[in-house]
Amino acid sequence: MAEIVLDNVTKQYPDGAVAVRDVDIEIADGEFIILVGPSGCGKSTTLNMIAGLEDITAGELRIGGERVNERAPKDRDIAMVFQSYALYPHMTVKENMAFPLRLAKVDDTTVEKKVRDAAEILDLTQHLDRKPSNLSGGQRQRVAMGRAIVRSPKAFLMDEPLSNLDAKLRVQMRTSVSRLQKQLGTTTVYVTHDQTEAMTLGDRVVVMRGGAVQQIGAPQFLYDNPANLFVAGFIGSPAMNFVPASLENGVLRSALGDVPLTDRVRSLLEGAEAPREVIMGLRPEHFEDARLVDDTVRSNGVTFTNQVDVLESMGSDKFAYFSLSGEQATSAELAELAADAGSADVPGGGVSLVARISATSSAVEGEPADIWFDADKVQLFDPGNGRNLTYRG
Amino acid sequence: MSHALRPPAEPADADPTATAADSKLSPKAKAALSEGKKAERRLGLLLCAPAILIMAAVAGWPIIYSVWLSLQRYDLKFPDRTEFVGLENYVTVLSNPYWWNAMWVTVLITVVSVAVELVLGMALALIMHRTLVGRGIVRTSTLIPYGIVTVVAAFSWRYAWTPGTGYLAETVAGGDPVLTEKIPSIMVVTLAEIWKTTPFMALLLMAGLALVPDDLLKAAAMDGATAWQRFTKVMVPVMKPAILVALLFRTLDAFRIFDNLFVLTAGSQGTSSVSMLTYNNLIKGLNLGIGSTMSVLIFIAVAIIAFVFVKLFGTAAPGGDGGGRR
Ligand SMILES: Nc1ncnc2c1ncn2[C@@H]1O[C@H](COP(=O)(O)OP(=O)(O)OP(=O)(O)O)[C@@H](O)[C@H]1O
Ligand SMILES: [Mg+2]
Repeated sequence: MAEIVLDNVTKQYPDGAVAVRDVDIEIADGEFIILVGPSGCGKSTTLNMIAGLEDITAGELRIGGERVNERAPKDRDIAMVFQSYALYPHMTVKENMAFPLRLAKVDDTTVEKKVRDAAEILDLTQHLDRKPSNLSGGQRQRVAMGRAIVRSPKAFLMDEPLSNLDAKLRVQMRTSVSRLQKQLGTTTVYVTHDQTEAMTLGDRVVVMRGGAVQQIGAPQFLYDNPANLFVAGFIGSPAMNFVPASLENGVLRSALGDVPLTDRVRSLLEGAEAPREVIMGLRPEHFEDARLVDDTVRSNGVTFTNQVDVLESMGSDKFAYFSLSGEQATSAELAELAADAGSADVPGGGVSLVARISATSSAVEGEPADIWFDADKVQLFDPGNGRNLTYRG
Repeated sequence: MSHALRPPAEPADADPTATAADSKLSPKAKAALSEGKKAERRLGLLLCAPAILIMAAVAGWPIIYSVWLSLQRYDLKFPDRTEFVGLENYVTVLSNPYWWNAMWVTVLITVVSVAVELVLGMALALIMHRTLVGRGIVRTSTLIPYGIVTVVAAFSWRYAWTPGTGYLAETVAGGDPVLTEKIPSIMVVTLAEIWKTTPFMALLLMAGLALVPDDLLKAAAMDGATAWQRFTKVMVPVMKPAILVALLFRTLDAFRIFDNLFVLTAGSQGTSSVSMLTYNNLIKGLNLGIGSTMSVLIFIAVAIIAFVFVKLFGTAAPGGDGGGRR
């Protein structure tokens, strides 16, 4: 076990592409840290540099206080789980799991015992003599985990280990990965592009974009205090709503009506040199059916009336989708998020909005509804550089 | 319904190949073969039929005819003395020191050239697989020897080893006529074989290398394997089927060596291969009986080699059951 420090690490591939730029991450001993971001943002590259599978172009990587930039993967004492599992097809489950121990010249009885223990933990005991090709996806995934844990390495690196599983199994395995990590207490770096995994698994989350770290923090902190538009739009499902607004005399004028600045927002804005045109961010759960809101609470927010395009009932609550007339919020970050989500080409036509409202709401699809939102929860972003103007760092 | 349509005799002997393949299953499973499966199998046989007919005509008939000839005393120089002699020709050939000498020469050339080709071919394949710059040029230049007609290449080897004019004879052999002695001649012939067919080996092995996923090698590196261990413990086992195919092709090919030998030594100083000896008896000596006997013996040897390799294949496929391991 050890802490891992990335100190100004940069990776430039031989073809000139800079995949990772000046990344600074300090991973504490025993911490479970998640690297998350859209496709091509450099997550795998970062992980491979920690593993030693890719050379570091500039900067320093320290594991347990020692510089390891020049060390071969086998001398770093780190185990890795691959998205493809990378099980050796010519070996049985047992031989696969024993492979790292055999290479380390561990004696037979210890190998036997360690493999048995790992198989026990991962519920693989009855599959030990089978070949990987005869196993199900979930079982293969567990063998890959088993091969990583048998030799009690200093750290685990996992590159999208669950993305080849179906949705249900993924949720199951997510919990077992989390439990396993707690049980072993081994420093773990976990790569995913799934924000749900990022939110649920890690102690801390690193959001990356285009090779640069956007923000590092605990999942809830990132959710409540995104440093910029990109993090705000990436973390959370359904995503945060973005509405263009202009700041005039302490009031936000937007397609949702005039939003008064609350004391909290006003004080956060003070030092921030806010431009006149901003982007207002609202989480879906900060909306509510106006009829279900007390009058006293109601005065703390803004009520608007709009037609409900689609109403999805999730049982516990409902998702209401609106489209507002007016300009869509535009910025480089939002365009990138849309491209990653595959919604870049979806014809927009105004601002689209998702509200998570109570299951008891009587809103009807295709008819107008009164919707309220909490003015104190708005986040304001600078459309020029994406910075969160209401960031409480 | 399906039973009613089927002639009563059919199920028992409908398809001998299927019986062999299905014998592991219970008899019930065999009876349960659906009408669709049967139709599929019939279509399969139908599609194979033209190829089988052509093979029977161009390969089957000559083989049978050779076997027939090999059982007779039949020398075109003495056509009146032709008669059926049973296995007498086989006794003659198998007790003849020239035949055994040719056999050992052939085996020696085959084993040495294939072994060296495997090692060199693997090295070349790895280089071709890894090179990022000038891939096309590297691959093309590697393949040049294979692209040259064997006889032409053999002549250039012969001139190169001819004292007085050949650069190899002058520099390497110091002016000695190497092609006039048995062992040096065999070495030169083997060298010519290796030079000629290593590219082919490399090509087949490169196809095998493409079968090894990158992640597997990365995983092995993470598991603590050195480059050599990654090669021996992961790469080679995973590409074993490709290696066996390459070895099979080359072994069969090398065992039938003729053209290089014909040009370089013409079988002098006891350097004949079995093919060479057969040619001398059959075509030059006009002894159809003895020549055919030798052909049949070569055929049997080749069949044994192929059989051994195919046996090895069965358990070599990655992810296969590994010879009853379960
Ligand atoms: N071998 C390589 N040579 C050149 N560029 C590369 C190489 N590998 C990756 N890249 C580039 O580096 C960038 C980061 O790649 P990386 O694989 O780290 O992305 P990622 O975040 O893991 O994405 P994904 O979620 O799709 O796996 C990409 O723009 C990619 O095109
Ligand atoms: Mg990746």
